[in-house]
Amino acid sequence: MPMKIGTEEFNSRVEKGINDGFMREAVRSAQGRLYERRLNAAEELGNWEEWRNHGEEIRRHTLENLDYYLEQLSDNVAERGGHVFFAETAEEANTYIQNVVKKKNGRKVIKSKSMVTEEISMNQALERIGCEVIESDLGEYILQIDDHDPPSHIVVPALHKNKSQIRDVFREKLGYLNTEKPEELTLFAREKLRKEFLSADIGITGCNFAVAESGSISLVTNEGNARLATTLPKTQITVMGMERIVPTWEDLDVMVSLLSRSAVGQKLTTYVTGLTGTRDDGDGDGPEDFHLVIVDNGRSKILGTEFQEALHCIRCAACINVCPVYRHVGGHGYGSIYPGPIGAVLSPLLGGYENYKELPFASTLCAACTEACPVKIPLHELLNKHRRRIVEEEGMSPAMERMAMKGFQYGAGSPVLYKIGTKLAPLLTTPFVTEGMITNGPGPIRPWTETRNLPEPNKERFRDWFRKREREAKTDG
Amino acid sequence: MRVSLFITCLGDIFYSKVGKDTVEVLERLGCEVDFPESQTCCGQPAFNSGYQENAKQVAKIMILAFEHSEYVVAPSGSCISMFHEYPSLFKDDPEWKGKASDLVDKSYEFTQFLVEVLKVENVGAFFNGRATYHRSCHMTRLLGVKDAPIALLENVKGLEIRELPNCQNCCGFGGTFSVKMGPISEQMVDEKVKNIEETEADVLIGADSGCLMNIGGRINRQGKPIQVLHIAEVLNSGNWE
Repeated sequence: MPMKIGTEEFNSRVEKGINDGFMREAVRSAQGRLYERRLNAAEELGNWEEWRNHGEEIRRHTLENLDYYLEQLSDNVAERGGHVFFAETAEEANTYIQNVVKKKNGRKVIKSKSMVTEEISMNQALERIGCEVIESDLGEYILQIDDHDPPSHIVVPALHKNKSQIRDVFREKLGYLNTEKPEELTLFAREKLRKEFLSADIGITGCNFAVAESGSISLVTNEGNARLATTLPKTQITVMGMERIVPTWEDLDVMVSLLSRSAVGQKLTTYVTGLTGTRDDGDGDGPEDFHLVIVDNGRSKILGTEFQEALHCIRCAACINVCPVYRHVGGHGYGSIYPGPIGAVLSPLLGGYENYKELPFASTLCAACTEACPVKIPLHELLNKHRRRIVEEEGMSPAMERMAMKGFQYGAGSPVLYKIGTKLAPLLTTPFVTEGMITNGPGPIRPWTETRNLPEPNKERFRDWFRKREREAKTDG
Repeated sequence: MRVSLFITCLGDIFYSKVGKDTVEVLERLGCEVDFPESQTCCGQPAFNSGYQENAKQVAKIMILAFEHSEYVVAPSGSCISMFHEYPSLFKDDPEWKGKASDLVDKSYEFTQFLVEVLKVENVGAFFNGRATYHRSCHMTRLLGVKDAPIALLENVKGLEIRELPNCQNCCGFGGTFSVKMGPISEQMVDEKVKNIEETEADVLIGADSGCLMNIGGRINRQGKPIQVLHIAEVLNSGNWE
């Protein structure tokens, strides 16, 4: 699955989302549930704002000193018997992973959830060399079974599907015969997956945070699948975005506290796993061979720019879970495996404006995302920075709009012109007014009146009333 | 206390009654209200669409318009929060940046001014009705004004406030978003109207004319019997003679 999903244009993706009643109901109910749970978890912890400040500080410090911590991480992984590979591009990462798999004669890979492997299309790269890749996260498994339906959410990838749709997928693809009860569906998947775990040669995981001081990786899950994927196969490959790093275990504690509460409203997820190096003599399990693939794929180009804070993201999806636009168009509307506010910031940075120029404008800048972000990324500001770049630097805005904004600058940038314009407004709109309302406006007003009425401009502007009143007061006085 | 009213472009053109009510409430509370004639618009339509250079010219006009004001008060949290963007707009121009910061320091949204500066939570208003309140995003999140309007409304005699479901969600206005992203905006405002109806309120109160123009425009289009009022109109209701 590459970062870009599908070939449809933005407008038709949005239309499709809006018309998908099942998906919208699923998103509405998930947003409602997660919103309450997140707020309750934050309140229970107490001093949430201080935790956020602390989280922000850790992320800022780490990103400002990323080269130092990456080197420390790399040295410590090597010291514990692991191999580290820095991949500048998706291709480099995939080639390295393919080579490891080939060397081990790997036929079957069992995976735990990882967005960065989606971003670099790792599964396809492995399938090209004849390797079978099995997703073991339940949501990802459902999507994989369903002819590689793209994820619509970074934490809950199959959020757009309800349980009866999942039952149908299992029925059609795997011969499932039971009901749509989540317990029965899960048990079925669990039995299928257990066989895969036992027969896989290689385990591939993502990484929530790598800990630089010890060369460890941490995995935050609720299903325990990442533990199986890292204990059963003899070879483990972990793929991480280059920014997913914390300096110390103490920092990890803060980040996991913020992550699990922000993502799913839990104090702690069922499993938080820390893994360091390869299997030691006397260890009961763990990989004999460990590879850490650190992926750049456009991230270092963001460092030092006005968008650096986007790299602070810890992929909790709190911004997605509060976004009123995501609520109505769903994840696929964004056309990227990274949807919602963080997706609208990140996708153009990693995938280019030519693919994602609409996304920064698909927001009311309501700042619900900024308010929810546990590491205080000013998401709505970053969206507006994209807008400025698209308009002023890339010159990608429509000519009519540029003219209108020039007009706005002259009109609102000159008190005289402004006064003339506002004085003329009622006269110009009179032909379109019925019973005090414009219901079918001309030109630039039309998109507004397609769904809403517009009040007619006041014949007496506020300023006229104020001056008249002042004059009267003077005469009276 | 001398207060300069920033009416906002929507207030000047479409909602002059909101301006009148704002003036009357402020005067009743002892303020002397003036209206700097050279004010225009805060520049947000350009700024939030990516046209920062165009917005800059407008920002300069506004900075000059209120240069000599003691306090600047507007019946809109969104437009005041736009003032807060001015210093960063002039980040490479120390002279204008300084002037922009001065403007930010003395500017208040209407209910924020009543509660924080005048220290008034009860204006003595009387309004008989069942209402719900839409909390505007920019006012609550960017300006941080959450409690002031609620405190003021709670003290209005005869007014019953019903809690609005999903009150944290944006109404779908977003300035140029409402026309650039029409279909998404429509879904957002429709859900907002539905939530308002669920409260069985007869009146929707808000503190930002942009949001009210959006929600009110949709309510009006659908012919729903819900009255839409700016908080200044409610706070100026009663027997004042």
